[in-house]
Formats: sequence, C-alpha cells, structure tokens
Amino acid sequence: MMRDIVVIGGGASGLAASISAKKKGKDVLLIEREDTLGGILNQCIHNGFGLEVFKEEYTGPEYAHKFVEEFMDLKIDYLINTTVIKLDKNNDDFIITLSSKELGIKNITARSVIISSGCYERTRGQISMPGDRPNGVITAGSAQRYLNINGYMVGKKVFILGSGDIGLIMARRMYLEGAEVLGVAEIMPYSNGLNRNIVQCLNDFDIPLYLSHTVTNVEADEFKKLKAITIQQVDERFNPIPNTEKHFEVDTLLLSIGLIPDITLLDDLYVEVDPKTKSAKINQAYETSVKGLFICGNSLQVHDLVDNVSKESTRAGISASDYLDGLVKDRKKIAIKPGKNVLYVAPQYLDFGWEDKDLLITFRSSKKIEKAIVKVYQGEALVYQKRRAFIVPAEMETLSFAYQELNQDQDLMIEIEEV
Amino acid sequence: MKEFICIVCPRGCRVVVDDNMNISGNQCKRGEIYVRNELSNPTRILTTTVKTIYPEIPRASVKTSEPIPKGLLMEAMKEINKVTIEKEMKIGDVVIENILNTNVNIVLTKEIKRKEEEK
Repeated sequence: MMRDIVVIGGGASGLAASISAKKKGKDVLLIEREDTLGGILNQCIHNGFGLEVFKEEYTGPEYAHKFVEEFMDLKIDYLINTTVIKLDKNNDDFIITLSSKELGIKNITARSVIISSGCYERTRGQISMPGDRPNGVITAGSAQRYLNINGYMVGKKVFILGSGDIGLIMARRMYLEGAEVLGVAEIMPYSNGLNRNIVQCLNDFDIPLYLSHTVTNVEADEFKKLKAITIQQVDERFNPIPNTEKHFEVDTLLLSIGLIPDITLLDDLYVEVDPKTKSAKINQAYETSVKGLFICGNSLQVHDLVDNVSKESTRAGISASDYLDGLVKDRKKIAIKPGKNVLYVAPQYLDFGWEDKDLLITFRSSKKIEKAIVKVYQGEALVYQKRRAFIVPAEMETLSFAYQELNQDQDLMIEIEEV
Repeated sequence: MKEFICIVCPRGCRVVVDDNMNISGNQCKRGEIYVRNELSNPTRILTTTVKTIYPEIPRASVKTSEPIPKGLLMEAMKEINKVTIEKEMKIGDVVIENILNTNVNIVLTKEIKRKEEEK
C-alpha cells in the first residue's frame, strides 16, 4: 500500500507534523522507535514548556500529552517499537525499510517523507578529552533518562562539563536528589544556557560555574571507575593556562557539550547538507534538495524552545500536504546565506516554485550583540531590516518578509549590524 | 551587597542591591520588580519523580501545583520521596495534599496507565 506521508520520529516534531498533515486530509503513518510517543519530552520533567503555544507553563510530559491526545483523537496511524533502518527513493516514490519485533524487516512506500528524528548528544570522543577512560563519564541526557524514567542515580559526586541547558537542568536535578554537585565548567567565556537556567539551576543551589574552563584530565581508580577530574582555565585560543588546575574528586562527569541533528537516514539519498547546521539544507517549505522529502524539529536545527519545534513542524506537515496536492510550480531558487555576525540560517534556499509559502527565516547570531540591526541584502540592495535591542547566540531569532517581488536571479545575505 | 541575574528577558542584566536596598544595574522597571520579589519571597515550582509499584513504569513525574518558597525545596523532596503510587492515575491527580502546610499540592504530570498485555 502506498502511503501519502510517512513521518519518521514521534517526538514533539513528528507529532505536530503528523497532526497538521492529517488535518489537511492526508493519509499519514508515523514511525517511532521507542515504546511511547512524545520523544525526549518524556524525560524533561522540568517546567517551562508551552508558554508560546499554549500560553501556559507545562512540564515536558504534560506538553507531550497535549499533542499525543490530539494525535489519538485524529486516529492517525502509527507504529511504535519500530526503527527505520533505510530510506531510499525510486522515481518519485520513497521506499522506507523498517524493522520491529512484530513486523521483522519490511519495506513500505510513500509519496512523501517527513524526517523528525531529533538530535543526538555529542560525546567524549568528539572533544578529545585527555586522561583515563573510566565508567562514570556520561552524557547529561543519558543521565536524565536513567534518573527520570528508570529511577537510577548515576552518581553521588558530580561535575558537569558544558553549560548547555541539559547540563544545567541536570545539575539541579541531581542536587535535589541528594547528589553533591561540585561545579559546571564551560570552555567559552559565556554560558550557552538560558539565563533562567543559570539562575534557577546553579545560583539557587550555590553550584559554581567556571567560565573559560575545561576538563584537562580524567583519572580512573583500580576498578576503572571515575575517581577524579582536573579542570583548567583556558586562554582566548582555548589552550589550557598552566598553574590554573583545580582538582575534584567525583564519581560522575556529565557531558553537556552540544547536540547534533540526527540525519543518518539521509545518507543514501545524497541530500545537500549545510556544514553549519549539520543537517539538510531546506527551502522555505522545509523541503530538502530531494523533492518531497521534508525535515523539521531538532533534526533540522537544534532549537532552544519546544514551542518553536511544534510551530515549525506544523508548517512542515502542511508543506508535505501541499506538495502532494501539486501546489508547487516550476522551480527556481536562490540561496539565503549567513553574513556578518550570523552563525547559520535556515532555510538556506528561497524557492519561487513554492511562492504561496510564507518565508520564515530562523538564524542565530555568532556573538552577543546589544542594539543590533538585522539586514537582508540582495546584492547591494537592502530588501529588509529590523532593529533588535538584544541578540544572543543561545536564543534563536526569526524574521519574515514578502519575497514575491524579489529578483529571482540573485542570492540573499543576512547580516547583523552593531549600532 | 547582593548580585542577581535578572531572568525577565534574555538580556540578563546583573542587578546589584546594596545594604540600603538600593537597586542598580537593571535596564528596565521589570528588573527591579523581579529583584524585589527575589529578596522578599523567592518561590519556585518543584518538579521531580515518585516511585510506582509497576515495573514497566518505575517512576512517574510530579510537580508542585503552585510555586513554593525556595527554602522548602529540599524538605519537599524528602516528603515526595516517601511516596509510592499503587494505582493507575491521571495527569493532575493529587499525590500529596498540602505539602508542608503550604496549601500547595503535589500533582502528577504523567499518566500512569498500564498497557493491557502488561496487567
């Protein structure tokens, strides 16, 4: 049986995309590898979710439940405990190879696919951390799952490397459960986490934050368990400064050192990838360089708020439906490029074939800027600008403008100017 | 003297309060209000988990229905960790009533529902 749309991943993103596509009357199948829907929200038991979408503050499981309820009410087809192991294309149709206990290995076909497979955590191997390789060095998200879903504490004396939000949230969580949290080290001179997490997860419990510091040694005991770590201050080029060593006896080192979109499924399709987002390049309809293949949520770009994941994925679901309805015309696209002080931009293309789609550009600044003007140029011509009182890399920025009158032969460039 | 990071907006002003309760460093009025609240009665929503008797759902997440005084967080954790849930329950159901006489309840944030084949 040929499906209209197969959605891969049943977290915040996949749920929202399935719901919006189903509401457009499409036949949707969602595939999830875990035994429940909701994805990573299920382990994010802290509150602060939903302020933009629901105007209320929910915990992760509550936010997920809202979407799962709507998903179930719409009677959308789904498979759980099922992993997609291969994604391929035959002319205009997609072939999805999946694997599960009940179905074994099976191929299904679809006219369109939405990737909403989230992201994974960077591990120790990706930052070349020196020292022994004992038990007790674990990513913050894994520790969060063990604690909040399974009820296991991974340790009693904890240090955290990286000040991303998950690390900060876990500092508080482990402290509340009785662990001694000795500190958080951040290699950058500023924190990557939201201010409210610095205040409510660290300052509330007098947990020190060591900025411009990193872990320079890891020591194992005779049983290959973590015994101690050393942190050191770094200079502007991130080289450790001698005689700044601090030694901590700990049984756990949590890593909160970044998230990377999970796009391994795209390997066989030769999708055009953006080295900056480490995900597929898209146009304003969230469509990749492969026609009919859409991507959204944290598998497209790492978001700081789940509300933005839901909104983005809702739009991606509608785009997939529009694609099937043949609403896309002759294609002619220009690039949208990051310029001065811009870390990355998504979408990376503006496709005039999708001229009915609003253009909503998301981007991050490469540094903290007070009194900024965001400018969009086409060649020498300034086509859009807006003032922003304050821009930080930790918070995603958006801009939107009508593009139908633009020159269709020249690329766009986004810059942030300091006033 | 005490220093706060204002969390009202992403700017994150460093606000300083001196011994005469003069507030400086905030760039808008909302920062002053935030710091005055933090000085007089700081409160927080507490989120954590409780045990259940079901092996396939060993933990269920809970929260305080309203913010509670910051100073009571650790004591509230002790109370919550004494509880074990022994029946199926819904989101919002009360797990502990009026915790530590705060007039605030501990409520579930996750549904505890067993799958048919696991009963």
